[in-house]
Amino acid sequence: MRLSRDIVDHVAMLARLGLTEEERERMREQLSSILEHVSLIQELDTERIPPTAQVIALRNVWRPDEVRPSLPVEAVLANAPDAEDGMFKVNAVLEQS
Amino acid sequence: MSDDLTRLTVAEARNRLDRREISAVELLEAHLERILQLEPRIHAFITLTEDTARAQAADADQRIARGEAAPLTGIPVALKDVLCTVDAPTTAGSRILEGFRSPYDATVVRKLREQGAVFVGKANTDEFAMGSSTENSAYGPTRNPWDLERVPGGSSGGSAAAVAAGLAIVSLGSDTGGSIRQPAGFCGIVGLKPTYGRVSRFGLVAFASSLDQIGPFGRTVEDVAITLEVISGHDPNDSTSVDIPVPNYRAALTGEIRGVRIGVAAEYQVPGMDPEVERVVDHAIAELERLGAEIVPVSLPHTRYALATYYIIAPSEASANLARYDGVKYGLSLPAGTLLESYLQTRGRGFGPEVKRRIMLGTYALSAGYYDAYYVKAQKVRTLIKRDFDEAFAQVDVIAAPTSPTVAFRFGERTADPIQMYLSDVFTIPANMAGLPGIAVPCGFAHGLPVSLQFMGRPFDEATLFRVAHAYEQATTWHHAVPPLVASSPMRTHPSEAGSDGS
Repeated sequence: MRLSRDIVDHVAMLARLGLTEEERERMREQLSSILEHVSLIQELDTERIPPTAQVIALRNVWRPDEVRPSLPVEAVLANAPDAEDGMFKVNAVLEQS
Repeated sequence: MSDDLTRLTVAEARNRLDRREISAVELLEAHLERILQLEPRIHAFITLTEDTARAQAADADQRIARGEAAPLTGIPVALKDVLCTVDAPTTAGSRILEGFRSPYDATVVRKLREQGAVFVGKANTDEFAMGSSTENSAYGPTRNPWDLERVPGGSSGGSAAAVAAGLAIVSLGSDTGGSIRQPAGFCGIVGLKPTYGRVSRFGLVAFASSLDQIGPFGRTVEDVAITLEVISGHDPNDSTSVDIPVPNYRAALTGEIRGVRIGVAAEYQVPGMDPEVERVVDHAIAELERLGAEIVPVSLPHTRYALATYYIIAPSEASANLARYDGVKYGLSLPAGTLLESYLQTRGRGFGPEVKRRIMLGTYALSAGYYDAYYVKAQKVRTLIKRDFDEAFAQVDVIAAPTSPTVAFRFGERTADPIQMYLSDVFTIPANMAGLPGIAVPCGFAHGLPVSLQFMGRPFDEATLFRVAHAYEQATTWHHAVPPLVASSPMRTHPSEAGSDGS
């Protein structure tokens, strides 16, 4: 099985990864070979086996819904590439009408 | 006892510090001299923090003078650069986090700080801890102190090389599929992946959240036990950290393993295993039997599916965790006409090839139409792997296995084929899948390079792992072996001639 170029493009867009032409071709090769390798598990019958998402027998962890101190806004924004008025700044995502 | 302060164990250093035979400043300066001497050749660190370390060492001396020393007060420690620190950059080995300063300390870092430990630097790692050689670090690879032409293992290769070369006494790493145990093995030191839930991951740059665990490296089992005791425990900031009392791990180091049942699984003999490594490991298991342990054959029939299961689950979780690197909140940000274009540019240029490969693989496995066939299927196989261990641990106290199928490999030897690289974790991945603790201890040499024996234990039973690993260590001399590079590089300063300030 070799992944189609359309699938690679689709997955790269889902993952928000800008890939070069060369990277897309290499990804087709390498992902196909890794997927072939991991397909080994398809030979197991898991019809009656429950999935394991985590291994410690934790149920939900609760805490009181109380206001607690959080990091100061300045500390959180200190690494921001762009900030304004105590907020992260990004390009407009909605068209102006 | 050695006059070289960079070969002291934690207990030896503690003893000499508390008796005021040496100061924490002297102990640090000896390590900084080693760093000056060997770091240009080894490259164990992404960031060195000599200045803050000197201030921490001076504080440690005051604390010792007041009679308030804790187990790690004044001990030089290296931190894998996936652990957030307020006073040094945290890069995770990636360009996308270059220059990032965390506004808070990881919980394990806070605990070490409270002890008065001295941080010498942020240790090199494969980008986002994805790799087995440090060749995926955006800041260049680390070299193995035993052979500079070979990898130190990974992803925590910097943390392992630093301790092996005497650039720190102990260090912290993280282990998602073997990233502590495999480099500990390649560098001839001890490394522990604790039980999932034993140590808080708050402030650890997340890779695969159902697998990641932070753990210590040291040159002896005792040093690893001391460090684990300090960093363990429940943390309200990490809901997956479990509220189970932290035992006195040193009390487990009795040297006595008569009657301990040690399982050996035939499934851990795989094609591609180096026969020399196999011979050394078999010899180590015979030694355990000589010490009075009972060697019991066990079966872990789903072992051969663990690697495939891992390479679905870990990339899936990684693809979700790494969605946060969007060029908006921190890190690299490449401006573009639209927000979408900025995401594509920033992530496309900021991540290296292995990280992109895993994000793609994980996104594919989680995407509509493939989710059941890959992700859910892998989670079901994970159940089978865990059940194998549950059944084995009904019969035995620990399971012994090789840590890796080979010794440290050469640079470039496995970079062309991702699957060849992934295979170096074939013996370490099962413990992560089942959430079990695993410890790697030196057990001899093959081709002149360290070979490592792994013990896996029941959940939260690190004490038995320490007991068995310590008894083996004390009956052998492997932990005294010093890399030739280190042995042939004499230290300029000796404690007797070093400055007397601070005492």
